[in-house]
Amino acid sequence: MREPALIRMLPDGRRLHLHDGPIDLIIEASGAPQAISAAYEAAARRFVSILDELCSELPLLRSRAGKHAKRPRGAVAQRMFTAVEPYSEDCFITPMAAVAGSVAEAILESMTVAATLERAYVNNGGDIALHLTNSQCYKIGMVERPDCPSLFGSLEITAKDPVRGIATSGWRGRSFSLGIADAVTVLADCASAADAAATVIANAVNLSDHPGITRVPARDISPDSDLGDLLVTRNVELLSKLEIDAALENGLRMAVSLRERGLIHSAAIRLQKCVCVLPPSAATAAFFCRDGFLKPSAPQIHAQLDLAGRTSPHA
Amino acid sequence: MPDVFPPDTVRCDACPVLCYIKRGHAGACDRYANVEGQLVRVDPHILLDRAKSQGTPLVPFLEREGDWDGKIMKGQETFVTAIGAGTTYPDYKPAPFIVSSEVEGVDMVTVVTEGIFSYCGVKLKIDTDRHLGPERNLVRAQGEPVGHVTTAEYGSQMLSLGGVHHLTGGSKSEGRVTCETLLDLCNGKEVELTIDEGASVRVAAGKPPVVNGQREERMRVGCGSATIGMFAKQWLGKVDDVVVVDDHITGVLSEHQAGKLLGVRETGIAIHGRRSTPGRYFQVAEPGTGWGGTNISDPLTILKPFKAKFAWPHLRLLMVSTTGEQFAYYELDDALRPVEKELPETLKESVGRIRENCEPALTTVLFMGGAGGSLRAGVTENPVKLTDSVKRKLTRVTCGGAPAYIWPGGGITFMVDVTRMPENAFGYVPTPALVAPIEFTLKKDDYAVLGGHVDYVRPLGDVLKEKERQRQIVSHAQNPWPLKPRIESSES
Repeated sequence: MREPALIRMLPDGRRLHLHDGPIDLIIEASGAPQAISAAYEAAARRFVSILDELCSELPLLRSRAGKHAKRPRGAVAQRMFTAVEPYSEDCFITPMAAVAGSVAEAILESMTVAATLERAYVNNGGDIALHLTNSQCYKIGMVERPDCPSLFGSLEITAKDPVRGIATSGWRGRSFSLGIADAVTVLADCASAADAAATVIANAVNLSDHPGITRVPARDISPDSDLGDLLVTRNVELLSKLEIDAALENGLRMAVSLRERGLIHSAAIRLQKCVCVLPPSAATAAFFCRDGFLKPSAPQIHAQLDLAGRTSPHA
Repeated sequence: MPDVFPPDTVRCDACPVLCYIKRGHAGACDRYANVEGQLVRVDPHILLDRAKSQGTPLVPFLEREGDWDGKIMKGQETFVTAIGAGTTYPDYKPAPFIVSSEVEGVDMVTVVTEGIFSYCGVKLKIDTDRHLGPERNLVRAQGEPVGHVTTAEYGSQMLSLGGVHHLTGGSKSEGRVTCETLLDLCNGKEVELTIDEGASVRVAAGKPPVVNGQREERMRVGCGSATIGMFAKQWLGKVDDVVVVDDHITGVLSEHQAGKLLGVRETGIAIHGRRSTPGRYFQVAEPGTGWGGTNISDPLTILKPFKAKFAWPHLRLLMVSTTGEQFAYYELDDALRPVEKELPETLKESVGRIRENCEPALTTVLFMGGAGGSLRAGVTENPVKLTDSVKRKLTRVTCGGAPAYIWPGGGITFMVDVTRMPENAFGYVPTPALVAPIEFTLKKDDYAVLGGHVDYVRPLGDVLKEKERQRQIVSHAQNPWPLKPRIESSES
């Protein structure tokens, strides 16, 4: 039977938890107490219908996006479509690639429309929409694997930065990936754009015909997957340093091209304990280099940082 | 949309995504899965929320629409249960979760683990007067022996199921069926049991038992003798003699102490069976599923002819069972033979009162298990110290947040009422053995003293952060809050 959407405060009394089917949001707003209440209420009201709206167009959202594809009608669905459209010429992508970021963005928008907030975030399973004003900032920690949540880096985003969306994709995550990255974290103008870009970059972090990589048709695992018979990554054995560098480089090329097209600001790619960072271009902001973004082994990393920002912490 | 599915694909209807889920996989939410062709909620790690009243923390939005101020449920407290925590068995490693929290100024540590119990079973209390089967006879499920009939208690029959001999000592299928039976009973499901040379019963925790297809409604008000004592006054003057038919102790008003005190005249009644004390008879018939747990359907069969010296024509006799469910009214004819007549209005009330004084008949399921070697080692480096600490009541033991009764003596052998635990708290491993949650809560200082894995203690807030695998539920209204620093004797 259909479970009702859940809405509640987390035990800390500050954060709002919204849950419905596969959507799970953690929300926090800062500002005047009445503003927070109004924002949370608006978020909850917007939230209760969002899953049904999306599901009413699910077959369309699971189909390949493209110039000639039918555009969805729903507001969230249109965000999804718009986010994946830039990639639809070059690769197979469906609006579902941006679903998490788009939902986060839509909820955040309902909050900022309803109340004047100093800052707020809507975190949809790691895909985060941000709202920042004045001198506000958020400190974001990055996790490489959801099953062992230790931070591999942290970064600070201020109101002056253009970044309002963060997304992470990888084969260990909840959605399927065609690539082998443990995690690709992307900073972009908005969460839906970050979500789509993270998917595309994570797919690009790859090695062809490698016997240590287990791939299965998506449909074999999940019969109604939007990826159909495409091969998705199920396991990656330990790779050599050369192989890791090659895979990272494939991902990095993709990230660079997306940055050149103005689709993302920066990206961090993690594969088997190696991190590769594409900083934002000088024109944007310098936050990537600030305050120990690559905390775990910063000295080594900086020593090996080449122009593209690629690094490998193998000693 | 996909067109061809393997035959055991299920479609989940928990949300409008309506995922098709293949056997062994989970849906898009990771919360529902296809387990052997069945849609199952894969319970994430369960956290208990301490709420002021039941049902508040998870608020379906639409029910509150209009008046929700975005502030409900602030400041609730959370207790991490062991359900879904996993186990490190058989390794001597620290338990999967060792959580610290501050409660009323005292640092508390809760060690959370799921125990694998090969030494475990359930004690069933079945509220019935009906004879379920001879003591010591085998209790079977699906034809396999899974336990035995043990003592009869006040208004109920006890069965002992499981235990290491049925789980691991018999045939493979005996072990499997025993494990399945225990698991179902502990998770509140109905189980059908048959007793050798006895009845067939359908039982589920907290539900009325069904004996030979007949649902038990009420527990008896007392034994036959006690019933006489309780109602003697109400019968005075309305009837000359009363027999309360009971397989254990049948009571006779005119002979009973209660009747004597009220000056009830001797009636010359004579009863089959063994007289214990005046007005109290054992073994008036064979045990069965008839009147008052005997095998009789005609109560006159327990009467011998009335003694002519005392009896008189038109003598009024009421016969009734211990639950008031069966009754009959007789008057003696000129030959002093009882002739059944309609129950007079004046007696209907007393029969009704017997019935209404009988409490609802239920089946109670207590899980009993022993926390053995490796489980204790997961809590402390020196396992015997944990036993000692539990015995000294410095450490509180709970199962899914429900209070556990700890047996005195060696080891940590405990019993818990499964209806006070969260739903589907139990699992199994094919060993076969049951997997049950168990939490040990004690002061942080005490934990260090008993050689606890203090290096592995994590603040509650950290554990809560891993929201992906967690589910918060409301604490059972009758359970004391497990973290309350008052360490007292575990209650039943």
